[in-house]
Amino acid sequence: MFELITQHPIIAALVALVGLSLLFGAILGFAAVRFKVEGNPIVDQIDTILPQTQCGQCGYPGCRPYAQAIVDGDAINKCPPGGQSTINALADLLDVEAPALDAEHGTEAEVKKVAFIREAECIGCTKCIQACPMDAILGAAKQMHTVIADECTGCDLCVEPCPVDCIDMIPVTTSVNNWAWDMPAPLQLIATDRHDTSTEAA
Amino acid sequence: MSSLNNFIKLWELPGGIHPPENKQQSMQLPLGQVPLPPQLFIPLNQHIGAPAKPSVKPGEQVLKGQLIAAADGTFSANVHASSSGTVSAITQHVLPHPSGMSGDVIVIDTDGKDEWIALEQCEEYLALDRLALLEKIRTAGVAGLGGAGFPTAVKLNTKSNLVIDTLVINGAECEPYITADDMLMQVRADEIIAGTFLLSYILHHPKRLVIGVEDNKPKAIAALRNAVKNYSGNKSAQDAEVEIVSVPTKYPSGGAKQLIQILTGREIPNGHHSADIGAICVNVATTAVAYRAVRFGEPLLSRITTLVGEALDTQRNVDVLLGTPINYLLAQHGYNPNKALRIVMGGSLMGFTLTYLNAPVVKTTNCILAASKKELPPPAPAQACIRCGLCSEACPVSLLPQQLFWYAQAEDIDRLQAHNLFDCIECGACSYVCPSKIPLVQYYRAAKGTIRQHTIEKEKADRSRQRFEFRKERIAKEEAEKEAKRAARKKAAEEAKALLASRASAQSTPDNSSAAILTPTTISAPIMQPQIDVVAAAMAKANQVQATPAEQRIKLERVLQAARNSLASAQAPLVPKNIDFPITEEQLVRQQSRIKQAELKLTEAEKKLADFDKENTSA
Repeated sequence: MFELITQHPIIAALVALVGLSLLFGAILGFAAVRFKVEGNPIVDQIDTILPQTQCGQCGYPGCRPYAQAIVDGDAINKCPPGGQSTINALADLLDVEAPALDAEHGTEAEVKKVAFIREAECIGCTKCIQACPMDAILGAAKQMHTVIADECTGCDLCVEPCPVDCIDMIPVTTSVNNWAWDMPAPLQLIATDRHDTSTEAA
Repeated sequence: MSSLNNFIKLWELPGGIHPPENKQQSMQLPLGQVPLPPQLFIPLNQHIGAPAKPSVKPGEQVLKGQLIAAADGTFSANVHASSSGTVSAITQHVLPHPSGMSGDVIVIDTDGKDEWIALEQCEEYLALDRLALLEKIRTAGVAGLGGAGFPTAVKLNTKSNLVIDTLVINGAECEPYITADDMLMQVRADEIIAGTFLLSYILHHPKRLVIGVEDNKPKAIAALRNAVKNYSGNKSAQDAEVEIVSVPTKYPSGGAKQLIQILTGREIPNGHHSADIGAICVNVATTAVAYRAVRFGEPLLSRITTLVGEALDTQRNVDVLLGTPINYLLAQHGYNPNKALRIVMGGSLMGFTLTYLNAPVVKTTNCILAASKKELPPPAPAQACIRCGLCSEACPVSLLPQQLFWYAQAEDIDRLQAHNLFDCIECGACSYVCPSKIPLVQYYRAAKGTIRQHTIEKEKADRSRQRFEFRKERIAKEEAEKEAKRAARKKAAEEAKALLASRASAQSTPDNSSAAILTPTTISAPIMQPQIDVVAAAMAKANQVQATPAEQRIKLERVLQAARNSLASAQAPLVPKNIDFPITEEQLVRQQSRIKQAELKLTEAEKKLADFDKENTSA
């Protein structure tokens, strides 16, 4: 055997290579079984970027199913509540071009909204409770319902099922407590870079 | 005086600037008073933390010093009526806030009597328990008067595992134009010293008691030293000597963290409080107010505010009631709106422009600057950054303002946090030195707001995800339970059916007595027991519903009678409704079939009755 290897370097190289590949294949195979990751970590990462409104505007029943769909090759621009910033973050994560929001699935809301039930008009049908993906509506049959504003994501899924149309989507107001300074206007560049339309027209 | 200072080592503050001090204008006149305003607007949130909850109702009479809004939780502060009068409304009113927004205020129509509520005096307060003293300070609604409005009782109630070895009383007052603390130190030096000993007792006698004053206030330093020398009030034996330290004038040495650094050389690590490095810093005005709260039971009702600026005829410090409208205060000092470019609350570097002048004076209003165009010229247009690096040299917390500026523009949250944006004290030194006039602090403030917002949204998204997943799980569980029940019912029905079938096939006795049911021949008793019970129960139920024989007979007779009636009506000859349409063949055929049906029903009813009679008589 030893003789054979020393006499035929080509065979020796082949034997060595095949041996090595078998060894590493075995190691990799073992690692794949031993260190198997449950679920898809990319789905989790996408899921954390999505806004978790669970509104279904993307056409999937919740944010996680959409995350799974993105992994399976769906477009990343179907989330109106997240808006462009979410699309950008997804594009960044997946290393693809950031497309504009697909208008088919809705438009990005200017202000955040929360549902509000006009309690005097509520008949206690529990339809909105069943519709709320967040369990953010409190109430019981024939008892008035109310929305836990802190838990409401503004998905407006409760508005449609209400038989008496007593649910309003109210924009979240800024108060002294959640007010923040605005970013200053962008810097002006040097004089020659300034694009003054009036002078250009003249 | 300077010889004393030679023994005390001072540390150098990195960076810092020397802007024109502009402090002499307001120090020409002694401390003034303003007449009682007709209305006081007392905001519920004059401090950092949760707004207080109103404890009075509109229309109620209140006395000066009466509690009108109670602290909501530990991290909050009580609010008291600054003068006697009637609560006319609890409503939304403009607040002294950079946003110019409104918030809840209690409006008091003053009655001019300025009648005090009974106060609880306490002469030997050092004999009291520390917690009792803290409670007195908390009850009095004392919050930091230096600018941030941190509830003082919270600050003094340090964690039991932290040893406070240095108490710093902050009299540095480094910002241009402001002289409120300078005036206070000259007028109420005794109260400050008494307050220092009080805080020393509460904090378990720190080894050092230091009052830091910038060296541009020699009169205040002299007054304090004099007060220390002649102090004869309450003091415990373990108390250290009060050091009055004159620190070099440099902006922003009056920041709490900065003054601690100058006096002790210790820097507060990122994300920590000063107590974590064994130091507590309290403003001089807060110290005096804490003393008055404990000694005289006086709540925090007024503060010294500097009124300064070329748009005012009289520039001075006044002791002003909290809730006094700023426009009233300005009118009392000969305010000339034509001269004023803007009204700033706070100093020229950290203050903010007031959008509406009817905002009231609050616990943190240390200065109102009615600035002319000369004093605070409108900011020049910002130019491109030339990367000169002056900002980093000026930064008192050794940050990299230029880097932060780029990242703030790019909204790069991760990098901003990596460069410790939240250590920025927003002193404005970087903007002050910037040759391109870039409003750097505005960028940092906006970026901080964005990051806070982002954090809140992230937390909410995480909570939403949990709630959604929990809901999905719950629904799945409910569905599974329902399915299990359904399966169990189906199985029970099938088994009962099987049992009946087996009984029918293996029927050995002709009668259906219950004994036969209870002794099934094919299936073992223990397993079949529940099913048998079900069958037996169903039969019992059916028997219960069955009426007595007499009732059944009456029912059958009624059916028979009804059948006879319908036959009679069917047999009645047909009468045409309209003479133009005679009875057709078709109608006759239908009548025949009706008669036949009625006859059938009648015979059936007769047969049933006869059967019933036969059965009953045989039984």
